[in-house]
Formats: sequence, C-alpha cells, structure tokens
Amino acid sequence: MFEDLNDLYQQVILDHCKKPRNFREMPQCSCTAQGRNPLCGDQLQLFLAMEGDTVRDASFVGSGCCISKASASLLTEYARGKTRAEIETMFSQVHEMIKTGKVIGDVGKLAVFAGVYKYPARVKCAILSWHALMSALKGDQQPVSTESEQN
Amino acid sequence: MSVPPTPNWSALREDFPILQQQVHGKPLVYFDNAATSQKPRSVIRSLVHYYEHDNANVHRGIHELSNRSTGAFEAARARTAKFINAGSADEIIFTRGTTESINLVANTWGTKNLKAGDVILLTELEHHSNLVPWQMLAQRTGAKLAYVPVTGDEGLLDLSQLDALLTPQVKLFAMVHISNSMGTVNPVAEMCARARARGITTLVDGAQSAGHLPVDVAAIGCDFFAFSGHKICGPTGIGVLWGRPEVLDGMPPWQGGGEMILSVGYHHTDYKHAPHRFEAGTPDISGPIGLHAAMDYLDAIGRENIWRHDQDLAAYTYEQLAALDNIRLFGPKSGRAGLVSFLLKDVHAHDVVTLADQAGVALRGGHHCTQPLMHKLGVESTARASFYFYNTRAEVDRCVEVVREIQKFFGG
Ligand SMILES: Cc1ncc(COP(=O)(O)O)c(C=O)c1O
Repeated sequence: MFEDLNDLYQQVILDHCKKPRNFREMPQCSCTAQGRNPLCGDQLQLFLAMEGDTVRDASFVGSGCCISKASASLLTEYARGKTRAEIETMFSQVHEMIKTGKVIGDVGKLAVFAGVYKYPARVKCAILSWHALMSALKGDQQPVSTESEQN
Repeated sequence: MSVPPTPNWSALREDFPILQQQVHGKPLVYFDNAATSQKPRSVIRSLVHYYEHDNANVHRGIHELSNRSTGAFEAARARTAKFINAGSADEIIFTRGTTESINLVANTWGTKNLKAGDVILLTELEHHSNLVPWQMLAQRTGAKLAYVPVTGDEGLLDLSQLDALLTPQVKLFAMVHISNSMGTVNPVAEMCARARARGITTLVDGAQSAGHLPVDVAAIGCDFFAFSGHKICGPTGIGVLWGRPEVLDGMPPWQGGGEMILSVGYHHTDYKHAPHRFEAGTPDISGPIGLHAAMDYLDAIGRENIWRHDQDLAAYTYEQLAALDNIRLFGPKSGRAGLVSFLLKDVHAHDVVTLADQAGVALRGGHHCTQPLMHKLGVESTARASFYFYNTRAEVDRCVEVVREIQKFFGG
C-alpha cells in the first residue's frame, strides 16, 4: 500500500528508527543542547564529548517520529571524529538537501534523507537534530526549535 | 423544535465539492473535522453572492449596498442567537473564532473582575485556547489556576472532586464541552449549575460541540459560550461569543476604534452597548453571512441527527480499532463524541499520519493543542480520526484497513 513512501522511509531510516544508535545520556559530555518541534511536541537532547575542536563521542535521548529519530541516530554516527568546521559544512549541505532534495558534495549515508523534501510537513522532523547539534557546538543555553524552518 | 427526519447521508456528500477528489491517487477520506470542517456549496455560494451583489461596509452607509450588507450582517447575528437558543441577538458578539472569544472574556471580564488570590478553575482537558489566555490573565492579576483532574486514558473528569475545588476563591470556571483530543462529552449543565450555586461565573468552550449537537445556552446555564464558524461548515475567520446580558453589560470594552462608540471627544468616549461595544473596526462581514448559510444547512439536517451519526461512527471506529493488537485508545469507552484518538505501539503518530495520507486518509497527529493533557497521560502525541455527518462507515473501514497496513509496514 505504501510503495510510494519508500523514498521517505528508506530501509536505513527504518533500521535507525527501530534501533537508534548512540541512544543514551552522556553525563560527562562537554556540551549538550535540546531540540524541540513545537508542532508535535517532540523533543530530543543531544550530547557531545569534544576533544579540542573534534567530536570524540555523540549521543542523544528523547522521543520523536521515525524520521527525527533516524536523523538523530545517523547524525551521532556521522559526527564522531569530525571537526567543528567539517560539521558546519555538512550542516549546510544536509539542510539544503532536506529542503530541496539537491545533494551537494559527498554526504555519505545521510543521502537517505534526500527524499524528505517531497514531504514538506516532515522537513522539520529531519532537521531537528541538526539544529540541536549546531546549538550544542555554539554552547547555546536555550532549547532550539524548528519554528524558523518554513514548511 | 421538531427533529427533521433521518437524512440521506450519502446524498449530502454531493453538497461538498471538495470531497469528490482523489489524494495521492486514492479517494479522499477526510477525517480531520475536529481541526476544521469542509464547506457545503450553499455556504460557498453565499460568499460569492455577497461579494458579487451586496458588498459594502456595515453600519456606516446610507446607500443601498450598505443597507443590504448591514441587513445581512445583523440577520446573521439573529440567526446565531436562534442557533444556540440565546435570548436575543444583542447577546451575540462576532469574533475571529473560539480563541478570540475566550481572549475577549479574559481581557475584559477577567481584567475587571479578577485580583490577586482569586482562582480560575479549568479542567485538565482544555485546549490551549481555553488555557493560555487564563494563564496570561493570572500572570497579570496574580490570580491562580486550578484544574479538575482527568482520570486517565478514558479522558473523563473526576467530578467527585468538583465541589471541593469550587472554593470561595474561585471566580471563574471555564470548561470544554467536548474534548477535541479525547472525545469526552462533559456534563456542562451540571458543572455550570454547581458553579452557579456558588455565584461563580462560567464559560463553556463549544468549539467541538456547537455544530455537532443541539446547543441551548439557557439549558446549559453558563455565562459565556464560545465557538468557531469554521468547524461547523462556515468560513474561517468568524467565531461567536455568547454572553449572558447582565454579565456583558458590566464588561469594559476590549479593543477601541470605530463601530463601538456612541460619541468620541479628544479626551473622552462613550461606548455603545453589547454587542457593538466589543466589535471595534470593520468586522468580517462575509464571515457571518457564510456562517448564517452554514447554520441553515446544519439545522435542515438536524443536529440531533448529526449527533447520532457522529456517535455511531465513533463507536464503530472504536470497536474496529480496539480489535487490533498493539494499539492504545484514548477517550471514553461509551458515549464519546465523533472522534477517536489512538497510538500504535512503536509507531509515532506523525508516521501514522504520513502513511495514512499516502492512502488518501487525512488524519491529524500531534498534541492537538492539549499538551498538558498529553504530558499527564505520558504521551507526546496521538493520531486522531474525527468525523462529521458526511463521513461513512465505509470510510471507517478504509481507515482501519490502512491502520492495519501501517502496523505491517513498521512491524516487518
Ligand atoms: C476544544 C477546542 N477549543 C478551542 C479551539 C480553538 O478554535 P479556533 O482555533 O477556531 O479559535 C479548538 C479548535 O482547534 C478546539 O478544538
């Protein structure tokens, strides 16, 4: 019945939403940030352990839909070993891809989110954890929300 | 008033052009009526007719078109009074919707009558629009909020606590008639009677009830009743606040401007009486005209009939869904209004809604603007199917089939 949805719910996404990786708190984190999606009440908390400018470990907890959970899970896998600058570049690539479907450069596994743009109501779900990541790196105290994202 | 005979429900569907379409290649099943209802052709035509023939500003002109639009505007007010059995058209204030109606009461009646130490009693079922305005008022005045508790997933109020909660400090009791996220039908007449016996002012949020069952504000015995046009086949942008005349008379104006004045000087203004005192500026004129057509349409069907149809669909849906495994159902087991909220184990409501949409079934997923209630029940969101008289059992069957497929999709 849902063949057309395979571009949204790709196998990788289904796998990560059912078995999210790095789904744990990190009491000794260097920085943490909360992301909220006011539309659905979803929230997640992202934790980073930094070594200088490099992410040594990333994890998250929280609740959300399949897309937002898988996005957070894949993000924590991606972020490990990356520098702040690498992450900032990836953020703009992923942001563009999720909103327009255009894949710029090599986004690796994250390419599974290239189909999300066709489901405008779900863009915020895919992008929530990325906003939390940027906010954690910046050391923001306030929870970020996806309010500023246009549907 | 006599009840019209049982209507030919499927013939009524023909009155709704929007329902005759496919979505993602599948026939549309519109189950998001608690968010907003669809509009019959007669309502759409009334708007076109108004703009093509009668459009002019109201209460200001002497010319023919202005007379016509003023006549139609005020006729809608009289029709609205009849719709909820108000004593007179002067008790009907036009607003943008339920939300604005409640904000009007909070800002005028509330600011005048509440002070530090007073209590505003609400229920844990309230929609944000019957909660946030009171929180804001409490912050302004130093009043406190208290809540009639909900017992659990069934979404029923624990009314055994009501008398204890109606303390001498309580100045206002505001309650939802039908819960938009649970489908609970509150015994508002009894609740208002208990409050009135203690001299407490009452407000009923009728957003989900006004178009679904016969409403009689005199029988309910409340002081304020609020509802929205768009949920009862009318246009968006028009809503109603009914107020008991003695209460309206004592209320200061809210917004200032044209239409609401008797005379204005540079330093002093005399205001009109209700309802015009509360309607500053050029109002939504086409809104009441469309609402008038909607009320005529609904009452030709008969709200007793609509209510029976709603309850039948809701009970049928509940029964079908309850037969599935790994599903959590919300709201009363019996006597529920026309909606069913549910959660599938390990499938988020948003995913349910996205998949259902792909099958042409329009559901709502989220907190339904009842976030505190969701937290109390330990969930972030639910998926909700909400009905109106143009929905059918066949559509429910389709929806349940789709839910089963969604479980398979995420289970495999
Ligand atoms: C119970 C209830 N109260 C209030 C509202 C607010 O209505 P509106 O958005 O039309 O002002 C709604 C609708 O969303 C509702 O369901």
